Amino acid sequence: MSETTRTGTAPSAPLGTEKPVEAVKVLPARHPWRWVATAAVAVVAAMAGNALVTNPAWEWPTVGQFLFSATILQSLWLTVQLTIVGTAIGLVLGTVLALLRMSKNPLLQGVSFAYISVFRSVPLILQLLFWFNLAILYKTIGFGVPFGPQFWTFSTQNLIAPLTAAFLGLGLHQAAYFAEIVRSGFLAIDPGQREAAAALGIPQFRQFWRIQLPQALRIIVPTTGNEVIGLLKGTSVVYIMALPELFYQVQVVYNRTGRVIPLLLVAAIWYFVLTTVLSVVQWFVERHYGRGSDRHQAELPLLKLARTVLAARARRPEVSR
Amino acid sequence: MSTPTLNRPASGVVVRLEGVHKRFGALEVLRGVDLAVAAGTVTVVLGASGSGKSTLLRTINHLEKVDAGVVEVNGELIGYKRAGNHLRELHEREVLRQRSEIGFVFQHFNLFPHLTVLENVVEAPVSAQRRKRSEAEAEAQALLERVGLADKSDEYPRRLSGGQQQRVAIARALALKPSLVLFDEPTSALDPELVGEVLDVIRDLAASGATMVVVTHEIGFAREVADRVLFMHEGVVLEEGTPTEVFDHPRHERTRSFLAKVL
Repeated sequence: MSETTRTGTAPSAPLGTEKPVEAVKVLPARHPWRWVATAAVAVVAAMAGNALVTNPAWEWPTVGQFLFSATILQSLWLTVQLTIVGTAIGLVLGTVLALLRMSKNPLLQGVSFAYISVFRSVPLILQLLFWFNLAILYKTIGFGVPFGPQFWTFSTQNLIAPLTAAFLGLGLHQAAYFAEIVRSGFLAIDPGQREAAAALGIPQFRQFWRIQLPQALRIIVPTTGNEVIGLLKGTSVVYIMALPELFYQVQVVYNRTGRVIPLLLVAAIWYFVLTTVLSVVQWFVERHYGRGSDRHQAELPLLKLARTVLAARARRPEVSR
Repeated sequence: MSTPTLNRPASGVVVRLEGVHKRFGALEVLRGVDLAVAAGTVTVVLGASGSGKSTLLRTINHLEKVDAGVVEVNGELIGYKRAGNHLRELHEREVLRQRSEIGFVFQHFNLFPHLTVLENVVEAPVSAQRRKRSEAEAEAQALLERVGLADKSDEYPRRLSGGQQQRVAIARALALKPSLVLFDEPTSALDPELVGEVLDVIRDLAASGATMVVVTHEIGFAREVADRVLFMHEGVVLEEGTPTEVFDHPRHERTRSFLAKVL
């Protein structure tokens, strides 16, 4: 122990400078291994990029030819529709199922539990085929008195067209998953929040809408984002009903032209684009519902990368001085 | 700080409990509790953990249902109505209306984390009492000033210290202009150096003539502020009196040994 540290005087003496303490600059720690790892990753990324670009088997010109063709764009629109309707049906029904599951009524709980276990157990592709073939099971669907006379009847053959079957199949299947996500969101809320709202006499619907739901959404949104992305890609299974969505359509085209790889690539590129759009939307929604919880504002990963590079460039002249 | 903002009846009993019983499964937490709190007085409830003091407090605003007995605030039955010889449980909507006239401050603050400080304070007056938002906001701002947090109205609760959060929670309870404020161990979750600022606010409130029931372990505070002190043991009120009676001349051995541990 030196005399200086024991007496607690300024640590400028051990540094051997005559400058006052304020002038001693603080520099960030050096991380040489980070630079090594960065270099290694950059090399691998460059190799992967090179393999994609230089191999003629990918047939990039053909990709360019079909990427924005009318048939592909039409099928893309159907994929988007399937995702939107599937998500909408899934979210609404899933929320209802979650609320039933959390209710105090054992019958309602049981119905919700049964629905979730059935629709989660049967593969989506099987459910779609059931819906598609509903006309074999029930010839007509009617509205009227339960077990009594019916006022309106529809032929299932006309009602359950392939598109309806796809909407129903995706939505009802997704609802089972959303129900569990929504339920876990509400279960994650501190019980003290409910008590505080109750103690303040806040009306019940307002408690749900203003206090519970926003806090549940903070938990629900990230998982829901994953589910929607899963559903977007999952819509490709409706090709078995010969619905011309993206995946079905590229198959039609490559069966006609024989250009298998570039058309698969076209589909892959569009799925990637849509997923990226969804991720960005999810990021903004998450930030909205995360307010009050993060001490630092979150930042989009790519923006952060750009900012880090810019900051490093701005620092350089100072370091060399 | 001297102007009282609370509605209170000119005189009389604000809280009346008679023969209150409460059990959780096999455990009988309250075994026949009687209590009367006069308007404008501060009642402090003491007792070891598990003695039933928090449960007692929570029956007063029906956060806890009772198995038997009567709970009245300002002469109105809480949580039930008379139906012949029985008591019929009220609908949640009516219970919520009753609660909006009783302030409650929790041990863990329970502020709404996704709402700003001002939104926390304004929420109940606007939604439960249907007051105008602009009016409620002006009053909330005045209340925040009263608890020394006028400059924090746009902050989110998690950015505040525990002591500041509890002061916001007190402002939130007062925003309903309650005739009665209940405190459930308001300083137990705080770091020692933050206890003082919260007790100061409660002390000011007591001086302004508010009717309060406080469950606490702060004996010094109780001695200074309380008009009545209750000592609870195993679900009954074992001892009751002025601070001098209970603290200086306890009649029961249980009270003596408890005080010896906490003083």
